[in-house]
Amino acid sequence: MKQGIHWTVWVGTLLLIALHQDVWFWDDHQTMIFGILPVGLAYHAAFSIVAALWWGAVMVVAWPHHLEAMAEEDTNNP
Amino acid sequence: MTPLIVLSCYLALLLGLGILSSRSFRGTSKDYFVASHSIGPFLLLMSVFGTTMTAFALVGSTGKAFERGIGVYGLMASISGLIHAAVFFLIGMRLWVFGKKYGYVTQIQYFRARFESSRIGYLLFPILVLLVIPYLLIGIIGAGKTLLPVTAGAFPAWFPNPATPQWSGGIPVWLTGLVICGVVLTYVFMGGSRGAAWANTFQTLVFMVMGIVAFVLIAKNLGGLQNASKVTIKVTEEGQVVQPYRWDNAQKQLVENNPPKVIGKLVFEGEKPVSGTYSPDPLLSRTVTEVELNAKNPKTGEITSFRREYGIPAWMFATYLFIPLSVGMFPHLFQHWLTAKSARAFKLTVIAHPLCILVVWVPCVLIGIWATGILPPLDPSKVSAVLGQVVKSIIESPVLSGFLTAGVLAAIMSSLDSQFLCLGTMFTNDIVLHRKAKGAYSDKQIIFIARIFIVVIVALTYLVSLVAPQNVFDLAVWCFSGFGALFPLIFAALYWKRATKAGAYACIFAALASWFYYFKMSGYGKEMVLGPGIMPVAVCFVISSLALVIVSLLTSPPSENTLRKFFPDR
Repeated sequence: MKQGIHWTVWVGTLLLIALHQDVWFWDDHQTMIFGILPVGLAYHAAFSIVAALWWGAVMVVAWPHHLEAMAEEDTNNP
Repeated sequence: MTPLIVLSCYLALLLGLGILSSRSFRGTSKDYFVASHSIGPFLLLMSVFGTTMTAFALVGSTGKAFERGIGVYGLMASISGLIHAAVFFLIGMRLWVFGKKYGYVTQIQYFRARFESSRIGYLLFPILVLLVIPYLLIGIIGAGKTLLPVTAGAFPAWFPNPATPQWSGGIPVWLTGLVICGVVLTYVFMGGSRGAAWANTFQTLVFMVMGIVAFVLIAKNLGGLQNASKVTIKVTEEGQVVQPYRWDNAQKQLVENNPPKVIGKLVFEGEKPVSGTYSPDPLLSRTVTEVELNAKNPKTGEITSFRREYGIPAWMFATYLFIPLSVGMFPHLFQHWLTAKSARAFKLTVIAHPLCILVVWVPCVLIGIWATGILPPLDPSKVSAVLGQVVKSIIESPVLSGFLTAGVLAAIMSSLDSQFLCLGTMFTNDIVLHRKAKGAYSDKQIIFIARIFIVVIVALTYLVSLVAPQNVFDLAVWCFSGFGALFPLIFAALYWKRATKAGAYACIFAALASWFYYFKMSGYGKEMVLGPGIMPVAVCFVISSLALVIVSLLTSPPSENTLRKFFPDR
């Protein structure tokens, strides 16, 4: 039974952590998205949506079926 | 009086929910501690989200945005959405599997088994308890401070409050703390973890909805979103900090200040701003802008100046990501994970958590930056009042004030209940029952012991809250830092077969020593960064990780039996 998490989950998460450091919008105080959201805030709001999509994709593609099976095994030996 | 009636109705509703949840109680200790692993996806999402979001989610986020600007969302919220979800999936779900399979109800039970050491539990227990207690105090004192101004004038004869005459007649902090503790104790006492999960779900929905309602009404009264976005303070070419608009109480609308009202100035060192550069819209970017603001004392009329750093230093932004890792070591969150019905119940929590953060935090951050153009400058000790003050001056609805305060109390209580329950669970299972043979106590006796412990913990915490320093809020980030410094322990326990008992001890001692070193250096709990803005938790994390890895590699690996139990794929 393989218990590990697929390497793409680790790489994707690290990539998102890197994308969180949006130095490109750091000093931009002028661009307003839809005239209401400063771009620095809009980027991170979008980042939250991307994070949700990322974990949604992980749930579909890299769901750890082995963990579910392990939990269902009938042993209770603390 | 109206807000008080709304709040009383809310608390009565919560008690009713607690009583209702106790009807589903199955009478077993497993049901009391982990709801017999019966909580489905939606309740799990709401209870986990409610537990991780404290009063800071509504009040603190608005106040921090008022202090530093939009960068607060990236600093604290968007990274938490990613990291929390990662921890729920990579740590929480795995711990749920071991908990369900081997019958653990506390973190310490897992660590004792994984590191083949009973003593590690006695070492971890006081550390975890001491890190949770300030977190509890923040909730109890925070609730009292929230209610005092909202109820000002309600009972002038009973609570004259000469120390703060502007809030004379308001419900005093000690009484709110007593009521809050009583309500939380009742539903946790009766319903255990199921009661906490039900109450958390209700309260999380309340504070999410109230945040949105406040945002919509404030934006509407400011003349719409586009108009509202113009009101934030500016820095002129001459280096003056100005408010271009003001809120006219008589006309109930925004009015342009002509000329803009000067409220402070850039701080210069020679001809250059002391922060190296500055932003003309200091709240709309993360550029660090150091200013000196003028505040008027409402009692004496005296003008005083204080410094403020708008924006976020780059190193602080980069190293803050170690703070949300703390959720991996929260003992109360461990217990919530254990309530899940199945591994699949985690899916919704993992996916929707970043979206829930978005829904709560973006409106609060926007209200915070708009407030800079409406309210006078406030020193850091008063920024937690920003949301309440904006609601009071812009919306002027006692009913909404009551509902919004209920939302803040909901956010507070949805964390308090889990923390009280988890401390009672830990005392019962990790200390009282640990050395006893299985079957030494009946289920009924175990529940009785847990309930007694919960009552004692609530009473003690309440008493401590009466004498604790009122600036206990500064301790929050230190609590998170402590848990964050211990994160390598849980991560290595789950993912690194070579992590040994000695390595675990080294990790705990290194985390403790490095954390205490910086805690002392900060003056026991004040805000502190290292060098260019590095969060101390980042250094503690590196030190505890190194200690764990080096000592583990120098000592014998865990036994075959333990490895088979926790790493069945080898």
